[in-house]
Order: sequence, then C-alpha cells, then structure tokens
Amino acid sequence: MKKTYKIEVDCANCANLMEEAAKKTAGVKDCVVSFMTLKMKVEFEEGADPAAVMQEVRANCKKVEDDCEIFL
Amino acid sequence: MNKKQKNLLIRIIIAAVFFVPLYLISEDIVHVDMPGWALILLFLVPYLTVGYDILRKALLGIKNGKVFDECFLMTVATVGAIALGEYGEGVAVMLLYQVGELFQSYAVGKSRRNISELMDIRPDYANIESEDGTLERVDPDEVEAGSIIVVQPGEKVPIDGIVVEGASALNTAALTGESKPREVGVDDDVLSGSINMSGVLKIRTTAEFDESTASKILDLVENAASRKSKSENFISKFARVYTPFVCYAALALALVPPLFMLLTKVGMAGYASAGALWRDWILRACTFLVISCPCAVVISIPLSFFAGIGGASNQGILVKGSNYLETLSEVTTVAFDKTGTITKGNFEVTAVHHSSIDESKLLEYAALAECHSSHPISLSLKKAYGKHIDPKRVTELEEISGHGIVAKVDGTAVAVGNEKLMNRRGIAFHRCHHVGTIIHMAVAGEYAGHIVIADELKEHSREAMAQLRKAGVEKTVMLTGDAEAVAAAVAKEVGLTDYRAELLPQDKVACVEELLRECTGNKKLAFVGDGINDAPVLSRADIGIAMGALGSDAAIEAADIVLMDDDPIKIAKAIRISRKCLGIVKQNIAFALVVKAVCLVLGALGLANMWVAIIADVGVMILAVLNAIRCLFVKNL
Repeated sequence: MKKTYKIEVDCANCANLMEEAAKKTAGVKDCVVSFMTLKMKVEFEEGADPAAVMQEVRANCKKVEDDCEIFL
Repeated sequence: MNKKQKNLLIRIIIAAVFFVPLYLISEDIVHVDMPGWALILLFLVPYLTVGYDILRKALLGIKNGKVFDECFLMTVATVGAIALGEYGEGVAVMLLYQVGELFQSYAVGKSRRNISELMDIRPDYANIESEDGTLERVDPDEVEAGSIIVVQPGEKVPIDGIVVEGASALNTAALTGESKPREVGVDDDVLSGSINMSGVLKIRTTAEFDESTASKILDLVENAASRKSKSENFISKFARVYTPFVCYAALALALVPPLFMLLTKVGMAGYASAGALWRDWILRACTFLVISCPCAVVISIPLSFFAGIGGASNQGILVKGSNYLETLSEVTTVAFDKTGTITKGNFEVTAVHHSSIDESKLLEYAALAECHSSHPISLSLKKAYGKHIDPKRVTELEEISGHGIVAKVDGTAVAVGNEKLMNRRGIAFHRCHHVGTIIHMAVAGEYAGHIVIADELKEHSREAMAQLRKAGVEKTVMLTGDAEAVAAAVAKEVGLTDYRAELLPQDKVACVEELLRECTGNKKLAFVGDGINDAPVLSRADIGIAMGALGSDAAIEAADIVLMDDDPIKIAKAIRISRKCLGIVKQNIAFALVVKAVCLVLGALGLANMWVAIIADVGVMILAVLNAIRCLFVKNL
C-alpha cells in the first residue's frame, strides 16, 4: 500500500536524511521524499498499520532533523 | 516570506548590527579600551542571536547519534575559531551561513510557488444549478459522474464532460500549450483544466473529479519529482560519504602535521612556539569544516529538474520523472509510429484515375458497395461521396477478405478492391504510381478506374524532423504497417533517415529491439506513438513518448513522456528542454565540486582563511540555485 504525506522541511540534505530515516523504520517497504513538492511517498509492508508506522516514521525523522514535520 | 524566514531575517539583521562595530574594535580599526573577556562576551551576543538554533541542532544530532550534519560542522568550526581567539571570523561564519540558509529557503520557496503557478489548472469549485435556477458552488470532489454542471465565462472547467447546452471558445493553453482557442458546441467533449472564454456552458460530467484530466495531470507532475534521476542519486550518495570524509580529514589536519613537526622538528622555524603551531593547524581544520557543507549541490540538482519538468509541462509536455528527463537528453535515435504521429491518421480520397465513367458516379458506386463496412478506408470513401447512402440500393453484397467487396448497386455489378481482386476476377487494370491505398473498381465487369486514398502528413512533420536533426538526433526511423512504396514516399517527403515497412504490430517491438541493440554506450532510443495499440513498444523503448494523448488513459499509463497535443515539433522541443536542464545540472555539479576542492586544498595549505571559505560556500550555493532556476525558462527554446 502506498500513501502520500505532506511534509515540511527546510533543506534538501535534510530531506534526504528524512528519506533514509523513514526507509529504516520497521513496516516501511520504500519511501521517497521530494523536497521540491514537499511530499513523502511511503510504501508500507504487507499487513503493516499505516497510522502506527507513520508515528514511528515521524519520530525517526525528528531524530535526524529536529524541525521537520510530517502532516499525518 | 513565511514566518520562519522573517524570524531568521530579523535575527540576521540584529546580529549584523552588533557584529560590525565589534569587529572593527577587535581588529583595532576603532580603538576602544576594554578587557579581552568583555569583548568575548559582547561577541557572544550576535553569535548566539544568529546561531542558537544551529548549536541546538548540533547537540540534538550528537544526542541522537547523527553526528555529521552541517550544523555540527558549523558549530565545531565556529566554536573552534572563537576558542582560538578569532572571534570576528567565528561569528562572521555563522552569520554568513545563516544568510545563505535564508536565501536558499527563500529561493526554493519562491520557485516552488512559481512552478505551481505554471501548472495551476486545479479547479477550486464547480457550479451546480439548483431547481430554481440559481447556481450553487460546490467542491468538485462532491460532484458525481453524470451530473450537470455550469461553467461561466472566465471559469475553469472543473470536471471532464460533454457539452449539453451552449457554445463557447475554450482556452486549453494550460493543458496543451496551444494558444489558439478551441471552439466547442453541444455534444463536444470538454476537458477539465481548460478555461471557458466566451459563453455559458452546461456540461454533463463523464468522470469524477479524481479521474478527470486536470487531477490526473497534476498528480503526474507532482509525482514526477519522486522518480529520481541518476544525478540526484549520485549527489545524495556523494553527500553521505563526503561530509564524514571531510570531518575526519579535518581531524587529521588538526593533529597529524603539528605532531609530525613537533616530533621531527621539521618546519618549526616558522612558528614562535608549540602553541602557535597548534593554533595555526586547528584553525586550518576549522576552515576545512566550513567548506565542507554539501547543501549547494544537494539543493540545486532537484531544483533544476523540478524547474525543467515544470517549464516543460507549461509547454504541454508532461515528463513523468527526472530520470526520464535525463534519459531524453541522451536520445540519438527516434523511432516513429507513422499513423497519428507523422501523419494525421485520417484517410482521404486524394485522386480518381482512369475513370471510364463520371468520377462522382464512380465514388457513388464505391461508397454504396462499402456501405456496411466501418473500415477507415470505407469511411473515407463515404466521406468523399458526401451524400446520404441508402443501403437498399445494394444487393448481393459479398465481402472477400483481403481482396475487397463485390456487390450489385442498382442492379449493376460492382467490384471494389485491390489488385488481387481484379486478378481474381480476370479484369485488366492500370497500376497506379501514386502513393497511398489504391482502390480498383470494376463496373459491369469492365475496369472503371481507381481511387487513391492517402493519409495526410501533419503540417509540421517535415520541420519536426529538421529540428530533431538540429537537436542532435542522428537517426529517425519510421515504423509502419503500410506498403513499402507508401512508406518510402512518406520517409522521403518528411526527411526521415530510415523506415521499416509492412510491419505487423508485434514486429514493431522486434524492430525497436533491433534498434536498441544499435544504440551502444550512452545513446538512447525514443519511440513516439499515438498511444493506440503501441503500449508494448512504448514501454520497451528507453523513452516512450505518447502524443496527442490528452484524455487517453492507456497512453498516459504506458508512456514516460506525454505530449498533450499532437504536434510532432514538440518532440524536438522536449529534447531541447532536457538538454538544457541536464546542461545546467552538470554545470552546477562541476562548478560546486571544483570550487569546493580548490577551497579545501587552499584551506589545508593555510592560504584560505575562514572568510574565503564561507564566502565560497554561500556564493556557490547562491549561484547554483540561480542557475537552476534557469531551467524554468523554456518557452522560446
């Protein structure tokens, strides 16, 4: 399952860091962050609960980039 | 500017106002008597004002085990400089770094808005007429397929549909890049995203909002940025390796040379004391760190692609991802499907030859004999006849597959078909030297002449090929199911370098594969089709281009690049846009890497101080961003 989320982040490298952090989160199969459109496209593992996984993703992203935001 | 940016701007101004007099004092240009510790404390005011968030992020980064980010680099470099007594430089670096950040954030935000405006086809509302005749504005999302909506002059058509009442001219420029208005009347299709210019239209919707053209195009362009190009992947990998590398290199620079000198006593003559030696090398290491911030390149590459894709979509060229833009720039061979790309795909009677009876009579016989067929050839015969056809006049109709039709029209025996049919019936015929499909006719057993039916070339086909050659395309090949003679004539007239004739649909894939094998190294092959029946070929080629695809889902699905109108000239334009965009990307990568490398070397040798380093860093970033924005300007390309 794929879902797209709006994000807010200030710099391009930070967006790359967010992408990496999200990819490493359990339950996320793949993730693409587009800094230009400020969107995060997440592909979830089979059977994962998107809402719960996204909380994790957000927490992990905050770790690498403290003032990023994902609008869930 | 948003709130965050305004905030940062105010902090920068306050810090700068504090910084300038302090700097003059510290450099002894203005002489003020004050103890050293007071000066440090005063310098901390602008430093913390402008850089507190950087320090905070650096600490958070260390806490979370993500050490090597830019905030960390900046913090170590500036704290190091201040600790070594270079207050002025330390604060200046932080100040200029933030100026760079502000500029970057502002420029990116602005170009993001500019590009979205270019693609502003999202309708905000739909009008639904209530029973008493008043109009009600509703969210287009809530309109069901089959509802009647009203579009007034000046409004955007929100949802795809068919006109049921009214006539108007539509501006489809946002969809196709074509500036000529399109006239529509009752029963015409209208696409969402076009702007109603003159009259009120009542439209019966044929799709829901999400399935409408405007929503689909927006979706496609917005998702384009998520298919990353090789350049973007290269840069993000590069940034991952580069930053830690520079950090360790800086550490080595701070430790290894002074230790070496102390142990071997080589080169110590240049330094007053061991302390001065350490100070010098640690400062060099700090300079090194300042140069190492990778953001200039990291930001400019996706920005270039995004601007390029935005500019192209404004011209009616939809690119489904940065990777496709990148591949398109390497295209040296373009293969075309004939019908619908080079030719219009509407067959027309172009001549009647050797007719023993009146030409219009001959056409009448042909049209009547073909009255039950819906083949494009039959349709063109009926169109050329132009009058009402009464099927009752036709009797004993027999269709001979692959040959033609034999029938009695008004009691007269008529045979309509190809050479094989004439041979089969033992009728002598004249060969035609004209290009096209030849329909031979026999009336009452006698040869009565033939009708030539040809597909018209598109107006711009010739010019399109010339422009492709100019754009650096070496080979243009036409693939067609037509006869050899027809293909050769079209190829010659349009100026193609090669053609393959008499292909069945499945042969086209094989042909493209053969052409692909000829494309070695960085050469790429593009296939251009009209999206009907050629989805497998579109996906097999390096780049599939579908044209005239507005509203055709299959084509939009299968192709990598979609030309919204069916003008072949847009192919060359798309290639030029991609070349410009890739050129800018390469310039930016090369420029940023060279400047950084030179600064790193100069910094290590002690020839560049922190001022040079930060100005190089911010300067490169600003120039790279400005250069990237050039990708947006493709209108006159």
